Amino acid sequence: MSTTLSNPSSTQAQSAPPPFTTRAGAWLKANLFNSWLSTATTLALLYVIVRSLLAFVDWAFIHAVWSVPYSAQGIADTTVCHNVKGDGACWAIIADKYRLILFGRFPYDEQWRPAIVVFLFIGLYVCSAIRKFWGKGIATKPIILVAVMAALATLVDDALFLLIDIVASLVGRPYTQPPAVLSAVLGYIDLTGRYVFMVATTIIWPMVGVWVITLAAIGVLMSGGVFGLSAVPVDYWGGLPITLILATFGIAIAFPLSILIALGRRSTKMPAVKMLCVLYVELIRGVPLISVLFMASVMFPLFMPPGINVDKLLRAQIAVILFAAAYLAEVVRGGLQALPKGQTEAADALGLAYWQKTGLIILPQALRLVIPPLVNTFIGFFKDTSLVLIIGLFDLLTMGKIALSDPPWQAFSTEVYITLAIIYIMFCYAMSRYSRGLERELNSTQQR
Amino acid sequence: MNQITADAPMDTLRDISRGKPVIVLDKVNKWFGSLHVLRDISLSISERERVVVCGPSGSGKSTMIRCINRLESHQEGRILVEGTELTDDLRSLDTIRREVGMVFQSFNLFPHLTILENCTLAPIWVRKMPRAAAEELAMSYLERVKIPEQAKKYPGQLSGGQQQRVAIARALCMKPKIMLFDEPTSALDPEMIKEVLDTMITLAESGMTMVCVTHEMGFARQVADRVVFMDRGEIVESGPPHRMFESPQTERLQLFLSQILRGH
Ligand SMILES: Nc1ncnc2c1ncn2[C@@H]1O[C@H](COP(=O)(O)OP(=O)(O)OP(=O)(O)O)[C@@H](O)[C@H]1O
Ligand SMILES: [Mg+2]
Repeated sequence: MSTTLSNPSSTQAQSAPPPFTTRAGAWLKANLFNSWLSTATTLALLYVIVRSLLAFVDWAFIHAVWSVPYSAQGIADTTVCHNVKGDGACWAIIADKYRLILFGRFPYDEQWRPAIVVFLFIGLYVCSAIRKFWGKGIATKPIILVAVMAALATLVDDALFLLIDIVASLVGRPYTQPPAVLSAVLGYIDLTGRYVFMVATTIIWPMVGVWVITLAAIGVLMSGGVFGLSAVPVDYWGGLPITLILATFGIAIAFPLSILIALGRRSTKMPAVKMLCVLYVELIRGVPLISVLFMASVMFPLFMPPGINVDKLLRAQIAVILFAAAYLAEVVRGGLQALPKGQTEAADALGLAYWQKTGLIILPQALRLVIPPLVNTFIGFFKDTSLVLIIGLFDLLTMGKIALSDPPWQAFSTEVYITLAIIYIMFCYAMSRYSRGLERELNSTQQR
Repeated sequence: MNQITADAPMDTLRDISRGKPVIVLDKVNKWFGSLHVLRDISLSISERERVVVCGPSGSGKSTMIRCINRLESHQEGRILVEGTELTDDLRSLDTIRREVGMVFQSFNLFPHLTILENCTLAPIWVRKMPRAAAEELAMSYLERVKIPEQAKKYPGQLSGGQQQRVAIARALCMKPKIMLFDEPTSALDPEMIKEVLDTMITLAESGMTMVCVTHEMGFARQVADRVVFMDRGEIVESGPPHRMFESPQTERLQLFLSQILRGH
């Protein structure tokens, strides 16, 4: 009788999962307090962490100065800040300078434009991050044909314009206008071509369409000159949009380029292409980004015919792309090499042509393998864009420095750098989180 | 029949009795660096014939059948498949690879695609078949290898035997005229070998031209029209399975058989 009485309770105790608090307690005991040494380490670290956290909260919030009085001339009176320096942060500098830091010397009243651009970029990242959106749209032959024709028309058109420019400059009259009719026709083709291309790509591949349209919108917002927006030359751009433009285009163009280079480097059938790719990678990897930027900004114009002026931002962009492509190519090559030979052989045996094999079998697997180092490189380049400072472009970091050159605020660099760091961390952390999620998602379906 | 050896004239005689030759290897030589892996290989395989290739490890069996769909290229001699000579010409390569299916020892399924996608990939991209038709075709072959219910899974979620059967279905979806097998059961646990061999036997009975590198003597006895024994890059002896296994003519084959029997 007594056994039957005690039995139910004991089985229940065994089958029911232990309550949460005991589990957390058990985890703590097993990982943080499992021996005298680890208990001592845990307590010591806890003490250090709590102390520094308290000190930071004290500095950043409790003793912080959030605003300062301004003189009649609009000069900030930072005496309060100087008085608490060391004990409290002076966030007033951020309140005073945030628009300068974020948007640079973009005309003050027009700064809503770069603000929208920043949000467009963020929206673009978010859309691209959702893999559902990458599906194909309607890709019938006529629509593809239309898209290709439109792209070709625009390109040929641009080439013609360039040709006219070059010829004009060669005959020594750089400012000659082409005949009005010709220029009107060309302009018309150019514009129509662009719109048709945008619409067609959106139908074929919505995501690509979204990119093309968003980038066009960003271009219009930044440069202006159309739709009643005042024109703002590149020299006035600065801050976050510059950083985002350089990083986004840099990565978006360098990545596909790097895949081609990596494939070229592994090519066995085309030794010349292979050598070119090896040369490219080794050459670019062998020099610091600063010198590539310098080359692009100083040497590149020397090679162009006079009268053709490729602007500073574009030159920096090209340098960043070339540089990133070399590094990414090596990462991609690592993935290609890690792929078992059997995969290529199976694709060959099925009769897949080179590009089918590459696009359907090799790259999807190879790129999955290298997501962590790829994202590592992306993050690196996001931050490296700050080097464009040396060729006179004002990215986010540079604008922070410029903000600090204002005499009343010179002493408060910590506050500015913390703010900049938070902005950089937000973007980089988003990338890293996304890559981890992507990896997990891809691995859940594909267990080797 | 009991006189048949590896001599070319006798091979030709057999061919006439069975139908036209679909694979012809004529004095094929191949080197890996200085290693002479194929030495004067001459072999003619006719339509609907089932050939089993055996021999010790490193004797060049894989290299020989991989030359048939040009996963490896030979350096001397001629190889004709369906009357087309294998050269570096890409066009001829394409036509041959469509006609020749291959099953590998390590399955080589595409791990990032589902079973169904593995099977429909080549019909869609190489044969330009509409997706719906390709899926229907794939399902019919998956049913034939008895795993239609796994169609939506990924290769990593299947057992080795199931994966190898998918690999067979994948090759069959291209409707090849010839199937090459390179030790299809060597990477499998004993209990899975049978299910793959059964699939291959069914295929053989349907009249497929097959070249199998395998050490499964039971399979060879049951389905092979001819067994080819290779050693050190040469075809040492060939003939119908009962004669090869019961009265081997050459010392090398005798030695090989005794080793195999001891191993089993
Ligand atoms: N890609 C290669 N490069 C250099 N040598 C190779 C290569 N592939 C095979 N070999 C060599 O060629 C010889 C024949 O190899 P092969 O794979 O054809 O033998 P096999 O008969 O299939 O052996 P196994 O039964 O072990 O599969 C071996 O000595 C092998 O080491
Ligand atoms: Mg082998």
